Amino acid sequence: MLVNLWRGFIEGEWQNSINVSDFIIKNYSPYTGDESFLSPATERTKIVNEKYIKLKELEHEWGGVVDIDTTTVSSLLNYRPGYIDKENEIIVGLQTNRPLKRSVNPFGGIKMAEQACNAYGYELSDKIKDLFAYRTTHNDGVFRVYTPEMKAARRCGVITGLPDAYGRGRIIGDYRRTALYGVDFLIAQKKKDKLELGTRPMDEENIKLSEEVFRQIDFLEKLIKMASEYGFDISKPAKNGLEATQWVYFSYLAAIKEQNGAAMSLGRVSTFLDIYFERDIKEGTFTEEQVQEIIDDFVLKLRMARQLRTPEYNELFAGDPTWVTESIGGIGADGRSMVTKSSFRFLHTLYNLSPAPEPNLTVLWSANLPENFKQYCAKVSCDTDSIQYENDDLMRLIYGDDYAIACCVSAARVGKQMQFFGARSNLAKVLLLSLNNGRDELTGEQVGPISTPISDGALEYDDVLNRFKSYCEWLCKLYVNTMNVIHYMHDKYAYEKIQMALHDTDVERFMAFGVSGLSVVADSLSAIKYAKVYPIKNEDGIVIDFKVEGEFPKFGNDDDRVDSIAEWLTDFFINELRKHKTYRNAIHTLSILTITSNVVYGKKTGSTPDGRKKGEPFAAGANPMHGRELDGALASLNSVAKLNYNCCRDGISCTFNITPDSVGSTPDEQHKNLVSILDGYFSQKAHHLNVNVLNREQLIDAMEHPNKYPNLTIRVSGYAINFNTLSKEQQKEVISRTFHNRM
Amino acid sequence: MRGSIHSMETLSGRDGPGIRTVVFMQGCPLRCQYCHNPDTWEVGEFNTDTEALMKKLNRYKPYYGKDGGITLSGGEPFMQAEFVASLLRLAKENNINTAVDTSGYFLNEYVKTALNYTDLVLLDIKHSDSTAYKELTGVNISHSIEFLDYLKQIQKPVWIRQVIIHGINDTDEQIIELTHLIKGANIKKVELLPYHTLGVYKWEKLGLYYSLNGMLPPSQETMARLNKIVKSVF
Repeated sequence: MLVNLWRGFIEGEWQNSINVSDFIIKNYSPYTGDESFLSPATERTKIVNEKYIKLKELEHEWGGVVDIDTTTVSSLLNYRPGYIDKENEIIVGLQTNRPLKRSVNPFGGIKMAEQACNAYGYELSDKIKDLFAYRTTHNDGVFRVYTPEMKAARRCGVITGLPDAYGRGRIIGDYRRTALYGVDFLIAQKKKDKLELGTRPMDEENIKLSEEVFRQIDFLEKLIKMASEYGFDISKPAKNGLEATQWVYFSYLAAIKEQNGAAMSLGRVSTFLDIYFERDIKEGTFTEEQVQEIIDDFVLKLRMARQLRTPEYNELFAGDPTWVTESIGGIGADGRSMVTKSSFRFLHTLYNLSPAPEPNLTVLWSANLPENFKQYCAKVSCDTDSIQYENDDLMRLIYGDDYAIACCVSAARVGKQMQFFGARSNLAKVLLLSLNNGRDELTGEQVGPISTPISDGALEYDDVLNRFKSYCEWLCKLYVNTMNVIHYMHDKYAYEKIQMALHDTDVERFMAFGVSGLSVVADSLSAIKYAKVYPIKNEDGIVIDFKVEGEFPKFGNDDDRVDSIAEWLTDFFINELRKHKTYRNAIHTLSILTITSNVVYGKKTGSTPDGRKKGEPFAAGANPMHGRELDGALASLNSVAKLNYNCCRDGISCTFNITPDSVGSTPDEQHKNLVSILDGYFSQKAHHLNVNVLNREQLIDAMEHPNKYPNLTIRVSGYAINFNTLSKEQQKEVISRTFHNRM
Repeated sequence: MRGSIHSMETLSGRDGPGIRTVVFMQGCPLRCQYCHNPDTWEVGEFNTDTEALMKKLNRYKPYYGKDGGITLSGGEPFMQAEFVASLLRLAKENNINTAVDTSGYFLNEYVKTALNYTDLVLLDIKHSDSTAYKELTGVNISHSIEFLDYLKQIQKPVWIRQVIIHGINDTDEQIIELTHLIKGANIKKVELLPYHTLGVYKWEKLGLYYSLNGMLPPSQETMARLNKIVKSVF
C-alpha cells in the first residue's frame, strides 16, 4: 500500500520514522529558472475567488463579521461540512458550515467570547454560557493565580498583550506529516511514544506529557473523522499532489477549528508539496495549469480563515489577522537551494487571486538563492507589497533547513520545537517607572518597587542607568513568573491537541519574551548621556515631561554611540530573563517586534527623555523613531542590522517603506536594486525586513477613498495588512512614517 | 583633506546605476531658478574630511552590488574640486563605483584629476540655448560646453540630464538642439526629469524669492513627447 503511494520517491530514513525533513532533502528538485512557466488564473479560479471577494466585501460592509454561530463551540466535529462553491472547489473544508461564518471558541476565556459576540451585535447563547459555567477556562486559571503585582503590571501596561485571555498561538503543527504518512501511522507512532513514556519515572512532567499524548491521539482520530465527513480517507498517505495539499489543509483546518490562537502559521509546505507535483507532472496526471489551480484554491482557503475576536484585540494587533505564515525558499544544509517551482507558484497566487495579507508569505532569503528567484521576489514585492523577508543564512545555522516562521519573525524547527508566546514588555515604561520610584507616570499608581526619588537637576547618566537596570531586574523576574503562570494554565485548560499531535512527543520549547520601545529607550539614554535632560515634575512629584538641551545621537543613523546602547539593551534584557526558571524548562528568547501595537503602547506611555511626547506612538519593531534618520534608509537599516540575533532569537523586525521611484526609474531597475538592498542588509546578519514599495499619495488617497483601493496591502512590521482594516489613527501613523524620498 | 557637505542620502536608486549613496556637497556657482537645493549654494564651513567621509561611505558597500556605488551631488561638487578628487581617489582605492552629478561649470586641473577617479559623469545641461541658459542659471553656457568637449575628448561615460520646466525648455526645438550638443560624447543614458516643487519650501525658509512660484510639473504628455525625440536619436 505505502509502496504504491510512495512510488517514485527516493528511499531513506523517512520511511522508518517520522522524518519529513529527510523526505524533502532526498526528493525535492531545486529550480533555478525564471517565472515564465507559471500559469494564469483559470476561469474556475476566477469564479471561486470572485465569490470570496463578494463575501469579504459583505463582511466589511456589515462591520467586520458575516455571521457568528453563538450556539456551537468550535471543534473538529461540531459542524457539518461547509463549502463556498461545492462544484468548483478543488480543496475543501471550512471552519464552520458556511464560508466566513465565525464560531465561538471559549477555551481561552469565556469573557472574551462574550465580549466578541456583543461587539458585533450578537449574544452568546445560554447553552454555551451554561456549559462553561462548570468548566475552567485558561483565563479563569490564570486569574486564580495572578498576584496583585502581576495584575498591576498588566494594568499599567508595562507588560501587555499577554495571552492570558485568548489563545497563545505561535505553534506550528507539522501539517505535512498527515500527507506523507497518513494519520494511522501518526497514531501508531504516538501510541508507541506513550508506551515509552510509561517506562520513564512518573514524575509530574511525565504524567502531564502522557496525558497530553493521550489527548493528541484522541484528536488524531477526530481528524480522520473530520476528513471523512468531507468524503476523504486521510488515515492513509496522500497519493498525489492534489491529495497531499488536501491532507495538509485538513490538518491545518483542524488546528484552526480547535484553537483560536493569536498567530497560527502554516509552516513550510511549498517545497514539500512540490515533490508530489513534480511526480504528477512526470507521470502525466496533472498539468502546470492544474497544479497552479490546486495551489490557488488552497491559498484561497487559507485566506478564508477567520477567528472571533473583540474589536480591542483587533486594535492591538491591527486588523483582523490570523498570521497564516508560509515560509518559502532558503538553502538546504547541503548547500542546494530549496527553491522549487512551487515556491514560485505560491508567490504567483498574489497575481492569480490579487494581493492580500494572508497567507503571510515569507521568503527565507540567502545570498545563495537563485538569481531568478531573487528577481521574482523583488518583482512581487514591487507589484503587491505582500511578502516579507527573513535571513536564512542566519537562521539556518541555528535551526537547520527545516524550520518555519511562526507569526512574523519567530523561527522554530517544524514539528520539533514549539514556543510559549509572551507578547511584550514596554521598555519605555520601565524607564519611566525607574525615574518615578515605581509609580505609573500616567496614573500615579505604585506598580514597581520603591527606591529613592530622583533629584531635580539634569539627569545623570550613570544614576539613570543604574535605576533602569534595577527596574529591569525587577520586571524580568515578574515577567518570567507571569509567563509561567499563563502557559501552565494554557497547557492545562486550552492544550493544543491537534497541533501538538503533529509534533514529536519530546519537543523543545521556547519561551518568547518581547520588548517594545527599544529605539525610544536607546534615544532616551543617548539624550541623557550626550545632551542635558531636565525632568519636569507635577505636584505629586511624578515626572510628566522632560526638557532636552543640546544635540544627541539617535538610533537609525548608523552611529555607534547610540546604536551600542540599543545593542546593550537587548543583551542586558535577555540575560536578566535567563536568570529566572521557566515553565517546562523552556529556552528564553526575545523579540523586538510590534505589529501596529506600537500605537497602543505609545498611547499608554508618558513623555520620554528622547523628546517623544506623552501618547505618541513608538516606532514599530526595531525601527528607529520616525523622522530621526538623517542619512536616509540604508543608515537606518545599518543601525538595525547591528542588533544581535543571538540576543533576540525570537526575531528582530524592521519595516522599510520606500517609494518605487526612489528604488529605480524602471521596473527592471527597481527589482534589481531591491535585490541589492536585501543582499546588503542580510549580509550584515540582519534578521528580518518588511518591504513596502509605495508612495505617500497612494496612502493618503486610500485613507480618503478606501473603495478605490480594496486590496491595498501594506507591510507593517512583520506583517502584511489590508490598509482598509486599519483604524484612521493607524492609517495616519503609517503615513507619517518616514518615506525615504530623495532630496 | 577638509571639505563641506550638506548631507548624505544613503539610498538612492536614481542617481547613477544600481543603489547609490549620494553625498550632497556645499557650494554652487549657478543660481538656477528651479533649484531644489538652494541651501547648498554657499560652501560654508568645512564640516568633514575625506577619511571620515570615506569611512562612512564604506559602511554602505554591502548594498552596492555589481553596479551601485557613490554619487557626489550638490550643490556643484567641483566647487570643491581638490576635496572631491581626493575623496574619489579614496573611493577607487576601496573599489567603489563613483559618479559625479555636475553642471560642468568647472574644468581645472583638480577637476581633471577627479575625473580620472570618476566612473560616470551625470552632466546636467540646464538648457541648450545660450540666452535661455544664462537667464535660467545666471551663468554662461560656455563652461558646460567646454566641460562636455573634454568629456568627449576622454570618452568618459556620461548620463546627460535635464530638468524639464513648462514654458522654459519643454519645446521640441530645445530638445533637438540638446541632442546635437551632446553628439560625440560617450553617452550611456539621457534622462529628462520633470520639474518638481519639493524644494520650494527651502527658498521660503531661506527668505529667497522663488520666481517660478505657481509653476506646475510638466504634463506626462509633454514628457512622453520629449522623451520620444531623445529616443529617436540615442
